[in-house]
Amino acid sequence: MNASSPIASSPIWPESPAVQVAQPSGLVRSQHPSPGATVAEHSPVTPRPIRARTPKRGQPDREPGLKRANFGREAGLPTLLLLPQLLILVCFFFIPSLRALMQSVLLSDPFGSNVQFVWFDNFKALFASGEYRQSIVTTIWFTVTQNVITLAVAVVLAFASDRVVRGRSVYRTLILLPYAIAPAIAGILWAFLFNPVVGPLAHMLHALGISWDPNRNPNDALWLVIMAASWKHICYDYIFLAVGLLAVPASLMEAAAVDGAGPIRRFFLIALPMLGPTVFFLAVMNFIYGFFETFAIIDAVTHGGPAGATNILVYKVYVDGFINLDLGSSAAQSVLLMTFALICTLLQFRYFDHKVNYGV
Amino acid sequence: MVERAPVLDTICHAILIAGALLVCVPLYFAFVAGSLTIAEVQKVPLPWLPGGQFVANLQAAWAKADFSRTFLNSIVVAVGITAGKIAVSLLSAFAITYFRFRYRMLAFWLIFMSLMLPIEVRIVPTFEAVANAALPLQWLADMLHVADLWKWISGHDVTITLEWNMVNTYPGLILPLIASATATFLFRQFFLTVPDELCEAARLDGASPLRFFWSILLPLSVSNIIALAIILFLFGWNQYLWPLLFTTDKDMATAVIALKNLIPRSDSEPAWNIAMSGALLTMLPPTLVILLLQRWFLKGLIDSSK
Repeated sequence: MNASSPIASSPIWPESPAVQVAQPSGLVRSQHPSPGATVAEHSPVTPRPIRARTPKRGQPDREPGLKRANFGREAGLPTLLLLPQLLILVCFFFIPSLRALMQSVLLSDPFGSNVQFVWFDNFKALFASGEYRQSIVTTIWFTVTQNVITLAVAVVLAFASDRVVRGRSVYRTLILLPYAIAPAIAGILWAFLFNPVVGPLAHMLHALGISWDPNRNPNDALWLVIMAASWKHICYDYIFLAVGLLAVPASLMEAAAVDGAGPIRRFFLIALPMLGPTVFFLAVMNFIYGFFETFAIIDAVTHGGPAGATNILVYKVYVDGFINLDLGSSAAQSVLLMTFALICTLLQFRYFDHKVNYGV
Repeated sequence: MVERAPVLDTICHAILIAGALLVCVPLYFAFVAGSLTIAEVQKVPLPWLPGGQFVANLQAAWAKADFSRTFLNSIVVAVGITAGKIAVSLLSAFAITYFRFRYRMLAFWLIFMSLMLPIEVRIVPTFEAVANAALPLQWLADMLHVADLWKWISGHDVTITLEWNMVNTYPGLILPLIASATATFLFRQFFLTVPDELCEAARLDGASPLRFFWSILLPLSVSNIIALAIILFLFGWNQYLWPLLFTTDKDMATAVIALKNLIPRSDSEPAWNIAMSGALLTMLPPTLVILLLQRWFLKGLIDSSK
């Protein structure tokens, strides 16, 4: 547990920005949730060594996020440079998002010939429908469980791999592997393991006297997708926690050790609290992953069934929009999900923006 | 570590071995199932040791999922997304960090707004946009009453219908996934750490902005570009939802989508041996990328996710 140990500087674990997370909180807490503001302004307690060194050259109107040495007030070239990005964003991002907003207040038949403005009826209908409320409950249960399992396993693995020396890189490489595997494939692997007829692990469950059939039993199906989703995502949380642990100041740990705190106590009372922002960030990322990226697992494994047991919100958007062709309802659901995604993003920046520390 | 704790170290090894097993067990059983005949794979319990059909099953899966074609599609899509995102992001990051122009902050916020809003939540309208990429122009024409204007000028009655269908095309698969801000922000953050003196020196030497970008900034960014490229390649290869909507033409399916069709459904023959061989094949390219480029991969992941 020493940041200057050979492992910390090994090429596999690069010095990362996560290092800043683990600093005493007084140094890093920023008051500005917006990324534009954070670049130029830090909270009063943040030291600004670099700015103190560089003299301002008669540029009182410095803009946030602009290099001090820049190419001045040219307008043509930057517009040209920004054009590809903005074109793609407008065509495939802003217009579709606007369309979703518009459609969510319209009622149209599947062929789009008869369109009616219905105010918020689509939303009202959604919240009135038991199916949608059920989907909300399923999604929350699914993401929370997945989040807890993923974080808990990752924390334990990070602690263990931080302690051992021998074989550490082999363990790390193995734990990283699922990152390469597509969610759909992860789902298929687990669907096979727990296939009630041929799956080896399902066979073990049956041998233990546990009835298991994710094709029929809604509860089993939900657990199957939770397991597959967690398995796929543990590596992600693990990477961030392991890198964060490397940055916990050794002096602090040594002081605690001298005071008689054992390794486990030190981990839970010092290292983990210092990783607080990382854990929060990971929790948000896990929610985003659970809400959106697990679509592939659901579609490849359960198709939302049985009896809607795994019909999470993002899958329902797809089914209602593309299979049932209920565009208004699908758009309303999209809008609700977008709002959720935006809240997640803002939360993430609110609590994590202090990582963006350029000393500009 | 400060003290010796052999018991705890043993427990830690046990935990890590359990973690490694957790990762490896599904992969091992995929390998075992992939090496059995269809009769053997249906035996209960499944054998613990692999059989002798591994190569034959790989060939069968390759043919059945048309991997010669779908792997090519996956490579085109993954490389296209990677190259596209990086190119577009480098340019816009350069523009918003090195130029002082009027709409700089507006552009910044437009890009920022698109951050983290995944394609999954806006699939229907995005699909519409791709089904007819000329739709925005159409709306513009409708809004400006171009048809009426034309009628007024020329006296002819016209209806303007603009169509540009990108379904079942590579651009349709790639372009909507390039729209994301994370890469832009990664490069922006990196550019902000580049010493000002480099730009000043370049300007003193009379280099144009593009020259500075090409000869100084780009070479400096190489390690970031490689790291990000790995992440984006995995992202592109593992795409699911978007290619799924495009499989109206089987020839345009990606490997992951083709694999999905190998999974036995309840009413079909349970050919799990072929399905598992296909799964191993499909996960091979991204797995190799991670194993070979682990160090860069970690850098890219940690950098791009904050």
